[in-house]
Amino acid sequence: MQAGLARVQGDPPAGPLLPQSEAGTAGHRQLVEKSRFCLGTDLRWPPPAGSGSSHPDGTDGLGPRQEPDLATQVGLALSLRSERCLQLLPGHLPPPTPLARGRLRGVMGPRSLWGRSASPRLCGLLLVAACLGFYSNVFSLIPGRRQIGESQSTEGGHLQGQAEVLPLSPDSHGGAPQGVLEETTTQWSERDCPPDTCRVPEVPRMVYPKAQLLKPGRTDVLVMTPWFAPVIWEGVFDSAILDAQFRNATIGLTVFAIKKYVVFLELFLRTAEKHFMLGHRVTYYVFTDRPSDVPRVPLGEGRRLVVLEVRSYSRWQDVSMRRMEVISAFSRRRFLREVDYLVCVDVDMAFRDRVGAEILAPLFGTLHPGFYAAARSAFTYERRPRSRAHIPADEGDFYYAGGFFGGSVAEVLRLASACQQAMAADRADGIEAVWHDESHLNRYLLYRKPAKVLSPEYLWDEHMLRRPPFLRKLRFVAVPKDHAAIRH
Amino acid sequence: MLCPAMRCHRLALGLGFCLLSGTALCLLCNMELRYKGEKPFQPVTQSLYPQPKLLEQRPTELLTLTPWLAPIVSEGTFSPELLQRIYEPLNLTIGLTVFAVGKYTRFVEHFLESAERFFMRGHRVHYYVFTNEPAAIPRVPLGPGRRLSVLLIQRHSRWEEISTRRMETISRHIAERAHREVDYIFCLDVDMVFRNPWGPETLGDLVAAIHPGYYAVPRQQFPYERRHTSTAFVADDEGDFYYGGAVFGGRVAKVYEFTRGCHMAILADKANGIMAAWQEESHLNRRFISYKPSKVLSPEYLWDDRKPQPPSLKLIRFSTLDKDTSWLRS
Repeated sequence: MQAGLARVQGDPPAGPLLPQSEAGTAGHRQLVEKSRFCLGTDLRWPPPAGSGSSHPDGTDGLGPRQEPDLATQVGLALSLRSERCLQLLPGHLPPPTPLARGRLRGVMGPRSLWGRSASPRLCGLLLVAACLGFYSNVFSLIPGRRQIGESQSTEGGHLQGQAEVLPLSPDSHGGAPQGVLEETTTQWSERDCPPDTCRVPEVPRMVYPKAQLLKPGRTDVLVMTPWFAPVIWEGVFDSAILDAQFRNATIGLTVFAIKKYVVFLELFLRTAEKHFMLGHRVTYYVFTDRPSDVPRVPLGEGRRLVVLEVRSYSRWQDVSMRRMEVISAFSRRRFLREVDYLVCVDVDMAFRDRVGAEILAPLFGTLHPGFYAAARSAFTYERRPRSRAHIPADEGDFYYAGGFFGGSVAEVLRLASACQQAMAADRADGIEAVWHDESHLNRYLLYRKPAKVLSPEYLWDEHMLRRPPFLRKLRFVAVPKDHAAIRH
Repeated sequence: MLCPAMRCHRLALGLGFCLLSGTALCLLCNMELRYKGEKPFQPVTQSLYPQPKLLEQRPTELLTLTPWLAPIVSEGTFSPELLQRIYEPLNLTIGLTVFAVGKYTRFVEHFLESAERFFMRGHRVHYYVFTNEPAAIPRVPLGPGRRLSVLLIQRHSRWEEISTRRMETISRHIAERAHREVDYIFCLDVDMVFRNPWGPETLGDLVAAIHPGYYAVPRQQFPYERRHTSTAFVADDEGDFYYGGAVFGGRVAKVYEFTRGCHMAILADKANGIMAAWQEESHLNRRFISYKPSKVLSPEYLWDDRKPQPPSLKLIRFSTLDKDTSWLRS
């Protein structure tokens, strides 16, 4: 008994679970699947074998990305070990066949080694660790908290030896918990963009023409909204400065190619390689129900393609609307850790000209090409008060297109979750917004104003609209398609 | 006595149950917290304001966006009601630092009175007056939610010294105190007066104001420090705007970084026995080239009353007081 206890005390501290035998390996893989219970705890440990979610270049969360903290890892490690402990007990294993007996003996080995009397103590320890893991998961699930924590630590780097903490949020005011206060104060400030890509990073010495205060770049169009969001047109920005300011940003581009829409991928990806965020790190996230039909397009340096399998829906309206659900789920699970900015676009499009760092902002929307000149009463908002996407006739700034929006991952997550919840509530009430996810997007962007607005240069349809003179460039255009054929 | 195998069995079952319930709770809390943490539709503004017109003539002749997409704030580019309604619920506190050393204490009264009329009305404001003579600072009646703190600093013999010490004082003050008390901070010159509303349109991460004397001249004529030996050196082909040292601000964290950076550069120059042409304004300009401001204020926000007001500037909000500079600095 004493010897058994001594052996427990000398037990190595919790660490990654190492498979002890073949049967153990099989159980190990099972445990990998089980660890996906809590959406917020998608750890890179244990390294998922062949699941297609690991980086080929091994970038391990550089910069201000969300990393699972040590407590979570330890907690889950121990909780998984305890699950394994369960499996090792005789009551749970299948009756040993003569062939498997030898293997079983190996499996039974560890337990008999530890001694029977040590198990209650060990199980108690494991229970405590499981609770630890659970609670740290719970707290890390508060959205936005992590990002703030990250940005604080980066600020702290500058203040070594000076001030203790320089909070970016006014946590001296009132007793409101950090997460809730963050929600209100991040209305539309630059808070949520990762610190090293916020608008005040250092730019190297550069030579470029000087802007003239008395000679505006564009006089024929609105270049700034009343809430100070720039409207991005050609002639309004200097691409060299912006590329330098955002040089450390990683951008994710999400696109959905469901059912027959996979045919659009080839042109989309090839033109993206020529025009989208050149010189930056880019990850294409292709969501499809036909992974084998995704074309192999040669990618430039620092760019990669990730294919993610999702289910399809029979109605094209549902395919469109469920995108919000998928984006919010994957943002939480992956994108927060892998990229700084997310750009969510339609797939039946092609890039024709530069789409670069000028679009990056905490939250941006694009003007729908059909409504840039329309009065707000003519916008095709959802007008029925019963729907969650309802906008009254005397409200509205612009009509934003559902096919091009984005921002920092935290803001896109917020947007997608809000839209998804609104659509679910509508579905429960038996109502569907007139333009589906686009209606909900418009409602969201009315009350949480975007920090940048992209002009119709960034979303145009040549075949449906005559090109006006103020549109100096067409950057992202619709590919002609037969609606009836492709949707059914 | 229970058979050891059975006891372990029970323990194992108990542990398994705990884990299962823990996981279920985790899932539930996941959904709960997600819902609480995100407030989907907070109609912050049910405001009724005119729809922005994409294709109409702009109401200002000034440039409204810098090449790095920072807004240039001037009258007509923003809607004060919309901004007020967006910023009010955020309950921000804005700090305002001024230096009133030696004879400059005579400006404090007028400055504070005009600030009470025009600076960030409807928001919480905290004035920080740095002086070597606290007794000389008059008690100006303040509105609700507005406070005044008088802070003692050392007086230096030369006025240039006083001027260059501001960066150090501001950064130290933010680190020790202001970061706890305010969200945004503005650092203004005291020998000026507010003439028209200065509101939340000026809030941004890092805010600079264009100097009224140089907004219409090419960059080669900007009075940058041109000696290579100074850390504030700017080459002929560099520079966006010439910013005034009398107005800058932003979020406390960003202003801290900025002032600290300037202070370090000033120290380096001091070690080399050189003082920049326009003291801290030169260093401020150097830093604003590398760390571009996220918002720029037009000369409406920093005007010199001795100059005739051009038609392109519609509303002067903050300008100089006529004064005898040589006497003041003696």
